[in-house]
Amino acid sequence: MSQSNIYAKIRSNPKFAEMVGKRTRFAILLSLIVLVPYYTYMLLVSLQPQLFAAKISEGSVITIGWPIAALIVFGGWLLTGVYVSRANGEFDSLNEEVLKEARK
Amino acid sequence: MKRSITALIAGSLLAVSFTVLAAPGAIEGVQKQPINFSAIAMFMVFVIATLGITKWAAGKTKSTADFYTAGGGITGFQNGLAIAGDYMSAATLLGLTSMVYFKGYDGFIYAVCFFIGWPIILFLMAERLRNLGKFTFADIASYRLDQNRIRTFAAMGSLTVVCFYLIVQMVGAGQLIQLLFGLEYNYAVVVVGVLMMVYVTFGGMTATTWVQIIKACLLLGGGITLMLLTMAQFGWSFENLFTKAIESHKMGEKLMVPGSLMADPISALSLSLGLLFGTAGLPHIMMRFFTVPNAKEARKSVFYATGFIGLFFLVTMILGAAAITIVGTNPAFFEGGQVGGKLIGGGNMPVMHLAKAVGGDIFLGFLSAVAFATILAVVSGLALAGASAISHDLYARVIKKGTATSAQEMKVTRFASVGLGITAILLGIAFKDQNVLFLVALAFGVASSVNFPVLILSMYWKGLTTRGALWGGIAGLVSSVGLVVLSPTVWVKILGNKAAIFPYDHPAIVSMSLAFFVTWLLSVTDKSARAAKEAEAYDEQFVRAQTGLGAAGAHAH
Repeated sequence: MSQSNIYAKIRSNPKFAEMVGKRTRFAILLSLIVLVPYYTYMLLVSLQPQLFAAKISEGSVITIGWPIAALIVFGGWLLTGVYVSRANGEFDSLNEEVLKEARK
Repeated sequence: MKRSITALIAGSLLAVSFTVLAAPGAIEGVQKQPINFSAIAMFMVFVIATLGITKWAAGKTKSTADFYTAGGGITGFQNGLAIAGDYMSAATLLGLTSMVYFKGYDGFIYAVCFFIGWPIILFLMAERLRNLGKFTFADIASYRLDQNRIRTFAAMGSLTVVCFYLIVQMVGAGQLIQLLFGLEYNYAVVVVGVLMMVYVTFGGMTATTWVQIIKACLLLGGGITLMLLTMAQFGWSFENLFTKAIESHKMGEKLMVPGSLMADPISALSLSLGLLFGTAGLPHIMMRFFTVPNAKEARKSVFYATGFIGLFFLVTMILGAAAITIVGTNPAFFEGGQVGGKLIGGGNMPVMHLAKAVGGDIFLGFLSAVAFATILAVVSGLALAGASAISHDLYARVIKKGTATSAQEMKVTRFASVGLGITAILLGIAFKDQNVLFLVALAFGVASSVNFPVLILSMYWKGLTTRGALWGGIAGLVSSVGLVVLSPTVWVKILGNKAAIFPYDHPAIVSMSLAFFVTWLLSVTDKSARAAKEAEAYDEQFVRAQTGLGAAGAHAH
């Protein structure tokens, strides 16, 4: 069977559409979970810097800005873990099925 | 087997460097020497070990696939460390700590901007990059577009970014050596350039990857050790650390809140766009995705890389804040002993002074050797990316139209590496005394406006045509370089004009938007037969990008 036939077969497999759709939606969702807080943070840092001047607790000198920034970094990393576990598990199994069916 | 040999080399390197670390500690009077022998000794150990690895790698580097991508046989974890090694440059260690030291919280904002591209690269690009690319990012950009024009242009984009980034590293190397060894700036630049040529020319991607991995471990280990030593001085209390920092710094309480860096929202937006999407357009980073066997490992590499990079950034924040008190109040670190005056060795040196203050000359020597090793590793990655743009893209594909033999291509790569080494040395000397972190931002501006738009659109947008990609890229290149020249830092501070023509230091908001707009406009209006064919080819590209079917596999050894 020629290469382009395999490609056509994959494209017409509903599982391919399912895998692509699920993975794309998941990637976009996670991107938004990273980008929306990030750009909100950047805008607030720029326009309302005093918001970050609040102290983390009574009598502390540490402002809430520090843990917020650390949380953006730490949260971003956690989300990469979430994506990898689902993409390498669920989505890749679907992908393998699609490839197997196309080669049949 | 080969892996265990390398692990052995890496292990013995660590062991040896710790022996060297311990040994001179017993000798009194090392401090009084104008030359820091422990630093030089530790750096020599690194150099010898990495040259050993290069020799081993040279034996393994037989084909172009070995040379460009280490045969695709790097694991996700190894590649994650190597990506972190590529990204955590000396500019990050010196520049970010110095930014916190001088500006307080603004340094943290900068760090967040540098970090945030990583999750996005994973979500939107990692698997497609791995599935579509072979050796260079131009492979992807020109996948279904005109091989000559788009490949040439993508290669030029790579080379531009590589050159900017090389300058940054060379300047950092020169400054460090000046401070540490009392040697001439120019000598340091030459040493870095020559070693880089040796690693890349003989060891290719295999040597470069292992240099990156070792360096990433040393840098993380060194940074964390320094953080622990430092926190011990503050009784393990952040409260204490920041209270003292506020007392010591001339900004006082303002240290703890966002300041002038981000005061202008458009400037802040432009900076963040440039850093976010610039990361996704760095050729030496993109190239790392082709060294793993499949998309699974590519994803894992980003997970590990993001973790190491994030951890390292958080550590540098603590180091910068600690330096405010420990370095900022100690006359020994200021020229003429004047506290608050000019720092010895320049504005990028707080973390080095901190190492000396809490760990003595030996630890300073260790960290300096690590920082120097860092520069070497990063320039090697850059040189490799630059050399492959020249040999794989320009020579083998565009000039020879794919008819060059593997041997010819390797030969060109090696000449290109030497040429880049010489260029780097000359640029390093020419750009002496510039702010390191600013130059990184410049490289990111170009990466985000030239490389990123064509890369992302070629993967995501069926309608992209050669005409659109070419003119969009040119618009991005001309506008980003032009606007940086007209920016306050270059137009006013370097060229000595009175007022900047473009008010922002970071061009991305204009140049990136322009690149996308021009690409879109000239693609949708392109009614040529070629454009129709290019759109048609997208379907197969899409299947390959999503499933990995037909992707370049791992090279069997």
